[in-house]
Amino acid sequence: MGLQVSENGMAKAAETYLSRLLSVVAAEPLTQLALPELRQAARALVQEQSFPSARDEEWRFSDISELLALELEAAKPLSEKNLEAIAPIPNRPETQNSRLVFVNGVYVESLSSRSGLPQDVTAGSLANLCSQPELKSQIEQRLGHASGHNEVFTALNTAGFQDAAVIWVPRQVQLSTPIQLVHYALTEAQTAVISQPRCLVLAETGSHLTLVEEYYSRGQGQTFVNAVMEVWLEANAQIDHVRLQDEAKTTFHIAKTAVTQARDSRYTCTAVDLGSQVSRHHLEIYQTGEQTETRLYGLSAIAGDQLSDTHSLISLSQPHGSADQLHKCIISDRAHAVFSGKVYVSQSAQHTQAAQLNRNLLLSDKSRVDTKPQLEIIADNVKCAHGATVSQLAADEIFYLQSRGISPNQAQQLLIYGFAMEIIEKITIASLRESLTQQITEWTRW
Amino acid sequence: MSGWALESNAYLMETKVVIQENSEVILSVTNLQAAIDGSEILKGLNLEVKAGEIHAIMGLNGSGKSTFSKVLAGHPDYEVTSGEVLFQGQNLLALEPHERATGGLFLAFQYPLEIPGVSNRDFLRVAYNSHLKAQGQAEIDVFDFDDLIEEKLDVVKMDASFLDRSVNEGFSGGEKKRNEILQMALLAPKLTILDETDSGLDIDALKTVASGVNQLATAENATVLITHYQRLLNYVVPDYVHVVADGRIIRTGDKELAQELEERGYEWVLEDASEVAV
Repeated sequence: MGLQVSENGMAKAAETYLSRLLSVVAAEPLTQLALPELRQAARALVQEQSFPSARDEEWRFSDISELLALELEAAKPLSEKNLEAIAPIPNRPETQNSRLVFVNGVYVESLSSRSGLPQDVTAGSLANLCSQPELKSQIEQRLGHASGHNEVFTALNTAGFQDAAVIWVPRQVQLSTPIQLVHYALTEAQTAVISQPRCLVLAETGSHLTLVEEYYSRGQGQTFVNAVMEVWLEANAQIDHVRLQDEAKTTFHIAKTAVTQARDSRYTCTAVDLGSQVSRHHLEIYQTGEQTETRLYGLSAIAGDQLSDTHSLISLSQPHGSADQLHKCIISDRAHAVFSGKVYVSQSAQHTQAAQLNRNLLLSDKSRVDTKPQLEIIADNVKCAHGATVSQLAADEIFYLQSRGISPNQAQQLLIYGFAMEIIEKITIASLRESLTQQITEWTRW
Repeated sequence: MSGWALESNAYLMETKVVIQENSEVILSVTNLQAAIDGSEILKGLNLEVKAGEIHAIMGLNGSGKSTFSKVLAGHPDYEVTSGEVLFQGQNLLALEPHERATGGLFLAFQYPLEIPGVSNRDFLRVAYNSHLKAQGQAEIDVFDFDDLIEEKLDVVKMDASFLDRSVNEGFSGGEKKRNEILQMALLAPKLTILDETDSGLDIDALKTVASGVNQLATAENATVLITHYQRLLNYVVPDYVHVVADGRIIRTGDKELAQELEERGYEWVLEDASEVAV
């Protein structure tokens, strides 16, 4: 009976928590971004749901109840001077003049630069772009319309995001300069702050885009980063998306990336998760046209008490589609990784080729991984494979390296490095690939 | 028959003294016994290898010849239950596998392992630097190492592009074996043990590997070839041929013995040995 009461109490706290969050995030929306219908619908979606618990299948392995203990407030605007002091922008020669920086979900002009981009490419903040009526109506047709918009945290973001990044590449423009999108979560005092980064990416027919999305957090307080990115690829478009989450251990990171692919489009995502106390990345791909190609690479390297959860869905609904996914986790100390990857092949998705593999490397007795690769195939003429492996470092491999004079410690380091590099190598931005290689080298030095 | 075997051994011992009188003893194995998972594989193996020598160890599958190589390299699955191994006068069995390697012992694997994500170049440099470190020397930088390794590629006729591929990943059987010889060329060991390096190779790959081994053999180092077939010994000519059966060396001869084994099989040696034992 006692348990019953406390469970009810928990549930109640969770309900109040969501309503409180809604009022926090909706407190000060910029007037030009009122988007009344979108916001209203999203609020309703949040209100009809409850805070996720282990009883929800989608949250079975990931305990985010610690979030309930945070008295979250909306982030206050920071002075420009403070911004530059606490938000060091990673220096990437490739994106020196094609960079959008958002702090606590709001665009910061002084830290951004877009002089290296052609005039016809839109890259900026929704708040600024809304002054162009034609663009505004185009944006409104896409924003908040991706499948999966009704999930509770996605809806929470839609209900209250303060600003959004918009990247719009017109027809046939094959952008050779990559665009860097940096999201900082900053706290100036010991308060807990919610930050809701939002991004809309659209690659029109035949266009090419390389996008580097990076998440960092700084400051004394705790932060809840609730990010949503919607990506649309029109026919024959191509996006190479690199995503790095390297936030401080005081951060809770929950993110949704929803990608919709039209026919003949190619989308590649290389996602690296290193930071945050708790992180959850929900990656959803909807192939809506024939012969689309999706490649997803992921790496989580976590230690201490970190939790890193990747939930992916690849939904194939048209013939001749292909999907290739490799997700790797390196789990040290008492850290906990979760992978749930669903590949759904509908009746009409004949001649699909799909491969999914999740590989996990456990580095300590207390490290843990829960993995759930799932294939749901209705079509009958397809080639699909999936699997998961969980292992420690292979004794034979260590012996091989040792037999060449390499000490056991260094051998382990080299093997972990190699395990990670299989993903890092996929990153096409040289400076990021090098800095991550450096980070992994340091990470494995133990 | 048994008399012949004894005579033959006596003759060899005599010649050995004459030829190798002043050479340094690199490896001295006395009554080596070893087991895996509690089952005994090596049952008292004796062998002496001097500088400048090439030895071939032949035997049927399961005779213990591969076990011998793994025990020498220090594979953790094998337990030495008895015996002594001196490597350049030092107790080899007291050393960790990486210490044996930096001390000058090299095992070319029968099945070289694949290390995805680690480039061959990085792997070779880390290995080379561990040797330098063990000898109290400064590590070599990336650029000097590149010059050094490209020089060594010639030994095994390997293309420089191999250096930027992951260690052995996607390599053909022949490429993997050539990569082993490349490592040997780089690390310049005092004693090399080639564990069935010839198995599964076509004739061209075999010739390349053999030529690499011959180029690297000097009067100061020694080579032990572990093989099932006589074929390799046409290209790398051994000074001694040993036959291993049931965890012991049961017969020692010169290269003619390998030829005889090829023609007549192993049964006659085994029979001779059992008659001697009786």
